Amino acid sequence: MESFWTSPAGWTLLTVGQILAVLIWILLSLAFLLLADRKIWAGVQLRKGPNVVGPFGTLQSFADFFKFVLKEIVIPAGADKTVFILAPLVSFTLAFAAWAVMPLAPGWTVANINVGVLYLFAISSLGVYGIIMGGWASNSKYPFLGSLRSAAQMVSYEVSIGFVIVTVILLTGTLNLSQIVAHQAGGFWHWNVLGGGGLAGLPMALVMIPMSVIFFISALAETNRPPFDLPEAESELVAGYQVEYSSTPYLLFMIGEYANIVLMCGLISVLFFGGWQAPFPTPFLAHWAPTAASFFGFFWFFSKIIFFFFMFAMVKAIVPRYRYDQLMRLGWKIFLPTSLVAVVLVAAWRVFGPGAGA
Amino acid sequence: MPLQAIAFYVLAAVTVFAAVAVVFARNPVHSVLFLITTFFSAAGLFVLMGAEFLAMMLVVVYVGAVAVLFLFVVMMLDVDFASLRQGFARYLPLGALVAAVLTVEMVIVAADVAHLGAAASSTGPATPSAVMTNVEAIGAVLYTDYVYVFQAAGLVLLVAMIGAIVLTLKHRPGVKRQSVAAQMARTPKAGVRMVTINSGEGVDA
Repeated sequence: MESFWTSPAGWTLLTVGQILAVLIWILLSLAFLLLADRKIWAGVQLRKGPNVVGPFGTLQSFADFFKFVLKEIVIPAGADKTVFILAPLVSFTLAFAAWAVMPLAPGWTVANINVGVLYLFAISSLGVYGIIMGGWASNSKYPFLGSLRSAAQMVSYEVSIGFVIVTVILLTGTLNLSQIVAHQAGGFWHWNVLGGGGLAGLPMALVMIPMSVIFFISALAETNRPPFDLPEAESELVAGYQVEYSSTPYLLFMIGEYANIVLMCGLISVLFFGGWQAPFPTPFLAHWAPTAASFFGFFWFFSKIIFFFFMFAMVKAIVPRYRYDQLMRLGWKIFLPTSLVAVVLVAAWRVFGPGAGA
Repeated sequence: MPLQAIAFYVLAAVTVFAAVAVVFARNPVHSVLFLITTFFSAAGLFVLMGAEFLAMMLVVVYVGAVAVLFLFVVMMLDVDFASLRQGFARYLPLGALVAAVLTVEMVIVAADVAHLGAAASSTGPATPSAVMTNVEAIGAVLYTDYVYVFQAAGLVLLVAMIGAIVLTLKHRPGVKRQSVAAQMARTPKAGVRMVTINSGEGVDA
């Protein structure tokens, strides 16, 4: 049996199975997170939100799914057909490709690669192509304006996200996401948001707490969520790059967007909040079966994702949309210098602080 | 490993096809999209050779940033290929000459690599050992042996960036700009004026 799983055919089967498991888990969670998003939003506005399909509207997302899939795909006459169809596929595929390196629980990673952080960063920087292609191929003014905005916005905020990631990499000394999580073991005071070095590393919390906030806000911008939903600002651009999309292509865009949001929630918890580490020391896990320990870790990781998704939803409900020049000012004049200074500070801490050279 | 061979041939075929399509596509936006495909599959080839750091950097820098700006510019410009093609026959000899020189150079390099490199890389790609990852290996070389050259390259980029800013920066007088500090410092005292209005008189400006 051992030899079969290491042979090329067995390896392929195993990997495909793992990919499917992750894919189905994300899609199922997305169905309910989407509903949660709408419910939270409704709650803030003193509405009930979807409450017709299923008990408390729990099956609303599935009803929406069938509605989208069964509708006719309308392609505008002036559209560039190939690119028009390709754009949502690119968005969707990239949003899920990024999950390959996410450490879901101890030992649960589809691809545990050494440059995991860079891979995630690379894939998320590709996400802009779905939007640009969609906006351009629609051959219509509002989508095009939306895609141009999105290009400038995502390129701007990637810069600060990159520097924030560098601070985490400097603290943990590795690009491997599983090792970044493993580095934060031993309780919440070991998490990177509080300096990542236990009690001795606490002074770095002064730098890392602002960094996690910057990362959260940049993640909002990177995923085109309110208050940075300028590419699809409905009061200015109708629906931005999605105007001409209907039916399944639109659904792909939307699922891709939400998969990216959940990915960003996962990334925040992995980089700053310990990933699948429990917030307290867990020496008792050594006596547990590995599978039980994995499920224990997965519970914490999923809880953190849900918490950050709740934060995303609350921001959407509470904060008004930024104007375009304000968005650019925030990205280039505030986040970029702040994160640059933080990189210098963290690097200095690693060289001159306690535990230097470790 | 047969899987690697399959991956190599797929990626190589896509790279070559997309590279050819960059030149032959009629629509400039399609050209840029094919260029992006070329970069991406070239990054895949880097991964196959064990240079995963370079691959990721290729995707982050070229595909994620530079090509976005390419696409941005090409979409905004209305490039008329018909007029561009008019001088095709006139420039053909010069273009052919450049192409010939490049081809000869590439053949020479390839022959050299095949001759010299075959012995050196007979043990497979030069992947760093399990002790040292790709990233560490590059960092160790870049920040020790070549640190001055590396810093000089950074300075060149900085100068280029400042040059671009200086060239495009225009100070226009009379433009209303948002001053966030001034907005934040505003108090109800400075912003609100309480007026008692007599009926039928209105407010004086």
